[in-house]
Amino acid sequence: MSVAEEARTPGNGHVGRAMRRKEDPRLITGRASYVDDITLTNQLWAAWVRSPEAHAKIVSIDTSAAKALDGVVAVYTHEDLDMEAGLPMAWVPPGVEVNTPDHWVLAKGEVKHVGDPVALVVGKDRYGVVDAAEQVFVEYEPLPVVTDPEAALEDGSALVHGQFGTNKVCEWSLGGGDLEAGFAEADVIVERRIVNHRIAGAAIEPRAVLAEYRGDRLTVWSSTQVPHFLRLFLSILLGISEDRVRVIAPEVGGGFGSKLQIYAEEVGCAWASRKLGRPVKWVETRTEGMMVTHHGRDQIDKVRVGAKRDGTITAFHTTIIADIGAYQMLLTPMIPPLSAFVMCGVYKTPAVKTDVIDVMTNKFPTDAIRGAGRPEATHLIEVTMDQLAAELGMDPLELRRKNFIPPFTEAHETPIGVAYDSGNYEAALDRLLEHIDVAEVRRQAEELRPTGIYRGIGFCTYTEICGNAPSRIVGPSGFGLQGGGWESATVRVHASGSATLYTGTSPHGQGHETGFAQIVADRLGIDPSQIEVIHGDTQTGPFGLDTYGSRSLAVGGEAAARAAIKVADKAKAIVAHQLEADPDDIELRDGKFIVRGSPEKGMALAEVAGAAYVPENLPEGMEPGLDEQSFYDPENFVFPFGAHACVVDVDAETGKVEIVRYVAVDDCGPAINPMLIDGQVHGGITHGLGQALYEQVVYDADGQLVTGTFVDYALATAAEMPSFETDRTVTPSPVNSLGVKGVGEAGTIAGSATVTNAVIDALRPLGVDYMNMPLTPMRIWQAIHTASGPAATEQGKDLGEHGQGSSGSGPAGPTEGGAQ
Amino acid sequence: MSSVQVSITVNGERHELDVEPRLLLVHLLRDRLGLTGTHVGCDTSNCGACTVHLDGDAVKSCTILAVQADGGEVRTIEGMAAADGTLHPLQEAFWKEHGLQCGYCTPGMIMSAADLLSRNPDPSEEEIRHGLEGNLCRCTGYHNIVKSVQSAASATKAGAAAPTSEGVTA
Repeated sequence: MSVAEEARTPGNGHVGRAMRRKEDPRLITGRASYVDDITLTNQLWAAWVRSPEAHAKIVSIDTSAAKALDGVVAVYTHEDLDMEAGLPMAWVPPGVEVNTPDHWVLAKGEVKHVGDPVALVVGKDRYGVVDAAEQVFVEYEPLPVVTDPEAALEDGSALVHGQFGTNKVCEWSLGGGDLEAGFAEADVIVERRIVNHRIAGAAIEPRAVLAEYRGDRLTVWSSTQVPHFLRLFLSILLGISEDRVRVIAPEVGGGFGSKLQIYAEEVGCAWASRKLGRPVKWVETRTEGMMVTHHGRDQIDKVRVGAKRDGTITAFHTTIIADIGAYQMLLTPMIPPLSAFVMCGVYKTPAVKTDVIDVMTNKFPTDAIRGAGRPEATHLIEVTMDQLAAELGMDPLELRRKNFIPPFTEAHETPIGVAYDSGNYEAALDRLLEHIDVAEVRRQAEELRPTGIYRGIGFCTYTEICGNAPSRIVGPSGFGLQGGGWESATVRVHASGSATLYTGTSPHGQGHETGFAQIVADRLGIDPSQIEVIHGDTQTGPFGLDTYGSRSLAVGGEAAARAAIKVADKAKAIVAHQLEADPDDIELRDGKFIVRGSPEKGMALAEVAGAAYVPENLPEGMEPGLDEQSFYDPENFVFPFGAHACVVDVDAETGKVEIVRYVAVDDCGPAINPMLIDGQVHGGITHGLGQALYEQVVYDADGQLVTGTFVDYALATAAEMPSFETDRTVTPSPVNSLGVKGVGEAGTIAGSATVTNAVIDALRPLGVDYMNMPLTPMRIWQAIHTASGPAATEQGKDLGEHGQGSSGSGPAGPTEGGAQ
Repeated sequence: MSSVQVSITVNGERHELDVEPRLLLVHLLRDRLGLTGTHVGCDTSNCGACTVHLDGDAVKSCTILAVQADGGEVRTIEGMAAADGTLHPLQEAFWKEHGLQCGYCTPGMIMSAADLLSRNPDPSEEEIRHGLEGNLCRCTGYHNIVKSVQSAASATKAGAAAPTSEGVTA
């Protein structure tokens, strides 16, 4: 039996069960250890002195008053840093020039955004170092600031980094098919300027670092998604060989991409610990979190779609102007291009092109936030589909069905050369419509309208790309972290028959300890409670590539399955030898490796382990032990898909949106644990709805961050969110033996377009045909009132959506335009 | 900095401590008493990760000074399960209904929910959602948190919060 066939034959039926999480007992009792819960002997505290200016020359820094304070051990500035390089940026696209400035742990000469660190204070007391940071006096000479990415591209704009002579970072394109011919044969062309505004990851656990350099070894505990990458870069930046650097991601309180990073605070605390010979801890304040933990999105997407009168799409072109901020962090300039790989969406579109222009401004860098490129792509595609449907006078679902790629179970190559693994978009939409009666919603809308409540319904049919990644593709393209996209797993069966799985992935809430234990349990014939899953510690397991981009299950879960199968194969050889049978006749049934046809003859895993570790009677030439490893490199990405619907009520008098229903049908292949899938979908949708309705990182025209706390940055609360209705279709991926696709980002990818389409649908009777996110009451109210006035159809620039309206106001500012 | 003596009873145990007047209750609990189950998420009283009970009411311990709790009785997440380890009905319900993912907001969420149920033992979905408005969760979308509170309310009402046989045991 092949590995693939074997893996599809579960032993004990743990896979597929909504098993309660193994992680939870420690989390619900307050016994878990996040970074700030760990305290070391002789530990010091760090605080950072940060720039209040968005762009300025550092004239002088006076640290004497701070150094004189009781309990202050050291105050460092850039001059003290004996580091030869700054923070890393890992995108190296062949043939594309990327203007990448140095990004030092402490600013050198100039500051480029509010919050840019200029000094590091280390002392004995948590509160004392904050006092000391306030006693560091920095003289700044303000320089011109640019915060509008389109203005930043104009000649004569203030420059973020003068040495490049431009704010343009790079231009990058991906396309396929004959775009010109596609537009030439179109009967209708629709153009929209779709703004996907800046948001924050906003994990509830702030970032935190504890670094201890002891002897000649460095140990760093960090609230990170990427302990393995962090170890690699700490080793390079600090010049400590990798074998002497250990990074531990203990309990991590959410990431959402914002902890997929190599941060100045991680490197700085490790550096200071080595300098001082004592452990150094830093815990982010929420204001720091909003200011210097990377943001996401922030694009102006100029979309142009061509279609025949019957709805057949002939061409789709997008220009993305991405405001990536003042520096480039680990993946910063590469996130906007990620949109291009799914720009066909779920449609047969014969000609597609995406042009990306990355632009620098005096803001904190953007990077991966939940979905990273795919929410932006899906939002612009799906919002445009509804706009096109309106233009054609077609039902939006009919337009989608007209253009769906027909069902496929083996790779389908899109015009841009991306091979979708499997899909059945009709089936997902059909399933969705079993849950929601569109005609009934329309009837309710009619009924409600006289009361001033406008009910609307919106849809989104999506696919996305995840399961990073086939190394043979991501390596040469420069997409990926040069290390490729494989994942590792080690399954170690102990002498008494319990097991430990070491995974190279690094979860932060997803439930790997449970789901991965279910996978291994079925392949070894033991209970998931007998399997401990170890992650997030570079010293315990093999090298791994961590957790982001919905990769853990499709790559790391498959590696776990393969390592478990190797163990099972060895177990079968031992059993066959001991029971004098053919190894091919041994099968796993009801927790025992038995001889096929003679179920009374068999050995449980504990007996096999005993035989493996007390090797008195092993097959000739077999090594003792029961411990196997897999490094799995996928052949392709995986492409989850689905269909979502949202019903909203908009109060025409106040502009307030209420979510009446949200129905999601997602297809991520066969479920390992359906409870975990639902949890990911609920949270993902909320992230998408949150962006569309409430959240926005706002800088004013001077580059000051307006949304520096949770008072100003509005996360959705329980009171705003509905109960979600979820369902699934199951289309296995041919890429991995589990058939699984990722699901951690799907809800976010579909969420913002779904609700945006619903709100626009609700507003159409009021004359509003289109509006950009965020769909706040103020902006909706303005859109309604603009639409009823003479300027209703004017195609103007939508001030404010990008977070830097000329008034310098926030999302609820008085001068923002709404409709265009 | 001068210090002040406070006397605080936490999870039934009395502590006499010298503290800076500006010490926050959450830092007294975490850094002085080692009760790290109570978390800090925002510094502005928005997220509720720091929620504990002070004299029976849910409070945000990141915006209360330790000196304000002088003479008070504090209950934290570590004090919710019974001495023999039997989980509080809310802890059991959050586990059963998958009411948590990263777990960071969970202690505060459970403490707020306990306060809600003590005032309203049989809340509607809307009352639960409004009752938990002061606690932010970025992982769950609140769906399963609401189910957890409903489940705990029914379990308490039924007078039985017996764990189901499903899944692993603590």
